[in-house]
Amino acid sequence: MTMRDNQLLEMIERYLGGEMTLQEREEFEALRKKDASIDVKMAEHKDFTSLIKQYNERKKLETRLNAIHQEIDVHTLKEDLMAHPSWIVQMWRNHHSKISVAASVAILAILLTLFITGDLSNKDPRYIQLKREVDKIKGRTEQLNTKTDKIIKDGKANGPTINAKFKGTGFAITGNGYIVTNFHVVNGGDSVYVQNDAGESFHTKVIYTDPNNDLAFLQITDPNFKNLGPIPYTFKKSKSDLGEDVYTLGYPANDVKLSPGAVTGATGFKGDSTEYELYIPINPGNSGGPLLDSKGNIIGVINGKQTETTGVGFAKKSNYLLKAIESIPGDSLSKALSLNTKNTMANLSRTQQIKKLRNYVFMVKVYNQ
Amino acid sequence: MNNQLNVEIPSDSEVIIGILNNSDSVLKKLYLAYFPMVLQLIVNNNGDEDEAKDIYQEAIIVLYNKIKRGDFELSSKLKTYIYSVCRRLWLKRLKQMNRYAGGDIKDFEEFLPVEEEVERHEERDLQISKMGEALKLLGEPCKTIMEDFYMHNRSMQDICERFGYTNADNAKTQKYKCLQRLKKLFFQQ
Repeated sequence: MTMRDNQLLEMIERYLGGEMTLQEREEFEALRKKDASIDVKMAEHKDFTSLIKQYNERKKLETRLNAIHQEIDVHTLKEDLMAHPSWIVQMWRNHHSKISVAASVAILAILLTLFITGDLSNKDPRYIQLKREVDKIKGRTEQLNTKTDKIIKDGKANGPTINAKFKGTGFAITGNGYIVTNFHVVNGGDSVYVQNDAGESFHTKVIYTDPNNDLAFLQITDPNFKNLGPIPYTFKKSKSDLGEDVYTLGYPANDVKLSPGAVTGATGFKGDSTEYELYIPINPGNSGGPLLDSKGNIIGVINGKQTETTGVGFAKKSNYLLKAIESIPGDSLSKALSLNTKNTMANLSRTQQIKKLRNYVFMVKVYNQ
Repeated sequence: MNNQLNVEIPSDSEVIIGILNNSDSVLKKLYLAYFPMVLQLIVNNNGDEDEAKDIYQEAIIVLYNKIKRGDFELSSKLKTYIYSVCRRLWLKRLKQMNRYAGGDIKDFEEFLPVEEEVERHEERDLQISKMGEALKLLGEPCKTIMEDFYMHNRSMQDICERFGYTNADNAKTQKYKCLQRLKKLFFQQ
C-alpha cells in the first residue's frame, strides 16, 4: 500500500503537533518502524517549516533592531570615533626615517638620565602606598593580646590565628556588607578579614578589583556579621575645591585614629588627575580609608603619601570610586549593591560625625601563608 | 568611550535573562551599549556607518540566537564576543569587496576565535534569506496561508473561515499545494 504524500504530510503534522489520539499514535509509530523513509520525510518537513518560522522571527528582530538604531545619532558618534590623521601623522609619513633617527637618540638620552637618577624603577622613592606591613614580633604580641582580650571577653575566637601580613583601612559602601579598600592593601593576600571598632573580625571575599584606580571591593561573608543599618554618609559625585576641610578615619594603629586635613591640590602624585593632593597626617595603615568633607560626604579614598614632604597625602577621587562600583559585574554580587543617597551626618558636629562614622570604618587584615 | 556618551552598560547576566524573556528594554540597552565600539572598529577600518550598522545588527542576531539556544557561556564577556563576531564578519566582507589591503586590521578590543560560529550563522542566514525570496515569489493566497499556519500557528479551522473554503478538506488540499510550491521555489534557487 502506498500512501499519498499529502496524507502522509498531514499525519506527520498531526504527530508533531501532538494532535493524534493514542491509537493513531501507536499506528503511526508502527508505520515509522516499518518504513524508514517516513522518518527522513518527517525530519525534512520539520526543518523546512521551522525555517518559515525562523524567517518570520528574523524579520521581527530586524524590525526591533532598526527601531532602536534610529535613536542613535550616528553622525556625531562617528565624528567622535574617527581616528583623524593629524598633521603629526602627515609629517611622520613624509619624514619618518629622519624622525626615527632623532627619536632613537632622544630616547637613549632619556633612558640614560632616568637610569642615573634612579627614576626607572617602578617604585618611586618619593611616594609610598600606605599599607602597614606588620613585623613578626609586633604581630605576635598583638595576636597574644587580642587572644587574651577575646578569651576574657567572650571566649570565642574570630579570624585565623596566624599573623596578618598587611593592614589597611576599609569602609562600608552599603549596610549589607560591601566594603571598599585599596587594591594594594589586599593584593597578593590569601584571605582578607575586616575588624570593626569593637574588635570583632569578619571573613570577607574580594569580589572585584580595579588595579588602575587602586580600589578593591570586599564582601563580608561571615555568618556572624549583622547588617550595619543605613550608611550615614553619601558619595560626592562632583569635585571638591582646594582648601576644603577634610578628614579621614583609619587604622594606622590597632585602634581607630582621626586625621584632619585639607584639600591642597586637584591632582595627585605626579599630576595624577584621578587623585586629590591633601595636607593631612597619615601613616601606613591609613590606606583605603574614607576621605570626608565637613558635611559628611565621601570625597575620596586615601591611598598614598609623599615621603619627601611631611604631611602630603593623596586620595582617589570619589567619582572614580563610583565608576568602579558601577563596573562591578552583576554576577559578582550575591546581594544588592545600592548606594545610600541620604546623608544623616550633614548637620552634625565633627565629633558626632565620627561617632557615627567609626561603626562603618574597618581595619583590613590580609593574611598569606 | 562609553562614559563619554553616557550609555548605560547592562551587565551580561541582565542581557542574557532579558533576551530569554523577550525584553525590549534589555535588547535596547544591549544595542545602545556596544554600537559605538563596533562603529569605531568599522569606520577606522575602511567602512562607513551603514556598513557598521549591518555588521553590528548581524552580530546582535548571532548573539541573540546563541542566547536563545541556551549556549552562551558566561566565561566569555558579551562585549568581547560581540566585538569578535563583528571583527570576523567585517574581515570577510572586506575580502569579498576586495577592499582588504592585507595585513592587520586596526583593533580596539581583545577578541576570541569565532570563525566556526560565524560560518554556521552564515549558512543558516543563507537558508533564511532563500526562504524570504521563496515566500515573496509565492503569491496569494498561498503566502498568507503559509504565514497563518506556520508562522502564527493558526488552526486549519481559522484558515478555512478566513478564506471562505467550504470544508476543511479543501483548505487542507490548498495548504498542501501551497507548501509544495513553496518548496519548489525554495530549492530551485
